[in-house]
Amino acid sequence: MSKRSALSRRRFLQVAATVAASSAVISCGRRAGPWRFFTPGEAHTMEALCDQIIPADQDPGAAWAGTLYYIDSQLVGHFHKLQSAYREGLAAFDAACLSARRAAFADLPFDQQTAFLNLLPASLQPFFAMVITHTMQGFYGDARHNGNRDAVSWRMLGIPVIPIRGRDQYEFPKKG
Amino acid sequence: MSLPRVNVVIIGAGAGGGVVAKELCEAGLHVALLERGRWYTANDCRKDDLRNQRTSILGNNSGPDDERNPRVFVDLEGNRHAVLPSEGGYSNNAACVGGGTLTYGAMAWRFQPKDFRMRTTYGAPEGSTLDDWPISYDDLAPFYEKAEYEVGVSGDVSNDPFKGPRAKPLPMPPLPPTREYEILKPAAQRLGLHPFDLPMLRNSVPYNGRPPCMRCRWCVGFICEVDAKCGTHNTVIPRALATGLCDLRLGCMVKEILTNDQGKVTGVSYFDAHDRLHEQPADLVIVSGAAIESARLLLNSKSKLFPNGLGNRFDWVGRNFQGHAYSGATGLFDFDTYDDVGPGANIAICDYNHGNPGLRGGAMLANEFIRLPIQAVDMQPNGVRWGKAHKDFMRKAYRRTIRIMGPTQEMPVFDSRVQLDPVVKDFWGMPVAQLSGYRHAHTVEISNVMATKAEAWLKEAGAIQTWLNLSGRDLSGGQHQAGTCRMGSDPKTSVVDSWCRVHDFDNLHVIDASVHVTNGGFNPVLTILANAYRVSARLVQSWKGKV
Repeated sequence: MSKRSALSRRRFLQVAATVAASSAVISCGRRAGPWRFFTPGEAHTMEALCDQIIPADQDPGAAWAGTLYYIDSQLVGHFHKLQSAYREGLAAFDAACLSARRAAFADLPFDQQTAFLNLLPASLQPFFAMVITHTMQGFYGDARHNGNRDAVSWRMLGIPVIPIRGRDQYEFPKKG
Repeated sequence: MSLPRVNVVIIGAGAGGGVVAKELCEAGLHVALLERGRWYTANDCRKDDLRNQRTSILGNNSGPDDERNPRVFVDLEGNRHAVLPSEGGYSNNAACVGGGTLTYGAMAWRFQPKDFRMRTTYGAPEGSTLDDWPISYDDLAPFYEKAEYEVGVSGDVSNDPFKGPRAKPLPMPPLPPTREYEILKPAAQRLGLHPFDLPMLRNSVPYNGRPPCMRCRWCVGFICEVDAKCGTHNTVIPRALATGLCDLRLGCMVKEILTNDQGKVTGVSYFDAHDRLHEQPADLVIVSGAAIESARLLLNSKSKLFPNGLGNRFDWVGRNFQGHAYSGATGLFDFDTYDDVGPGANIAICDYNHGNPGLRGGAMLANEFIRLPIQAVDMQPNGVRWGKAHKDFMRKAYRRTIRIMGPTQEMPVFDSRVQLDPVVKDFWGMPVAQLSGYRHAHTVEISNVMATKAEAWLKEAGAIQTWLNLSGRDLSGGQHQAGTCRMGSDPKTSVVDSWCRVHDFDNLHVIDASVHVTNGGFNPVLTILANAYRVSARLVQSWKGKV
């Protein structure tokens, strides 16, 4: 074994140790992937849900439009009070789907997902209503909040896309 | 720490306070104008569909901030909710230089003569404190005109046969018509109604050194990108500052109005932008914080002589809290009605403000401002909220709907009120406003009829499907908040006299929509501006010893 590869091995061990340490942190709440709030599993369910709410047809659906990025970033921002509503709601939603259909929601064919939502138990209706509201915001709202990618909903409705000009050149520091 | 004495302290640089500042400064008085918010300019426009004064899903764009300014809202079942400025139930207007006039839709209505004589005209229904104003339309008319010319109004009301007498036309012509206008105008005429170009505090031509409207779709709720919307922030407040006598202090939250042992108002204490407490002595104190915060400040200003707050000897401060019951209808057409030309609202009728059989008043009806896509997602009448059916409806209907709405004049309710909350305090430790009460049943009855009138207009215009947008019994308020410091001649049933002077004091005035006895079947801002001009003229005369 050359000296160089020995160093590489030591470097590898260091990196491995760092990764192990950070995965300990990850398991405490911070997670890999593009999401700031959702776990990969939750995001999987959410994407399927968003695409049920605004399905893709001749125009892109909510998932393509980045609606989930909108919801995810707001859940660590303005919607932080709704974190537990999402976490617990998704857990209950997944559990209900598993017991009713013996499969994860995201793994069901599209029409079976729709059928499940049409017969959603009353206890899950408030959660679903919340996801609908936020999906609409992500799809039809301003693209600066990570949804409505490429102004897709505005193009769909046939209204002109005005460039976002970011006119607030100066942000005052917060008080206190 | 006590600051050098000034002649006048004005609390709130909104519609009322801005006008008073300009009038008093130009008469030579030294004014401290205290504003709790910031001064935004056209550069702060942003056009964010999800964050503005109309759609505050992600917050407000011109205050107040969510961190420091909670309120408590009591619903119809009596449940208490702590609410933030960007949440429903808060009844937010704004907190900034210009107040609501920075971001409003800017309809510039004069009330009609009968709106000042509601009790005489109709009699009060049971459970309502409906009353006459102690002043008449004729008292306000010259000041309506002054507001129209100094702040700037476009439109053409010459074809409105129901308006009160006026000496001069509006200073600016209306904006060119839109597709909705071309559809609705002949339809109204076929029905025998009297449509006209509604008045707007918005430049249609260069005026006051600012450009005309560029017709974009981000209007109501937004700061105007080209500064074509006329508010106090770009008209009278700059003129006040130009005198060198107006000391505009931003980020200043007034804690209380100070009184001495003789029961005379001596000034105010306030937290500045760095949260330091100051005392500002003044000869004259003007409260212009809008109906909720003005009432809250009077109630929070307690002392040994005034244990229930100022002007509140007979428990009338905060009472008769009102806004408007908005109702109307939406029509779906089989052709495009949308042309992406803002601001949207441009045609109105006043045929139903009065004279409706069995009803005490009514509302002006006008087409709505352009609905941004996010504001249209819940417009479907059959309740379909998601899925392909919803998406198909948005594609089909977004460009093919017209909505007509109107602000029904409300029957004031004594138990609809602003109080101090016994539990919740704001950032500075002061009790917050608690809002509770309901709309009078007759108000809802009137607004339901107004909705059917709107629907008939849409049907005549060729709508293939129509549905009603109704208003419930929930407490009113919001940007049209009014009524909490009623103007009247009897101190036992009002808070201020006809010159907006708080009974019991000779140097404390409330000048904003708090003093409105009733709020008209119209957007109230021009009345706030006109009344501020009227009272300012009197204050100047009395300062000079002429009254």
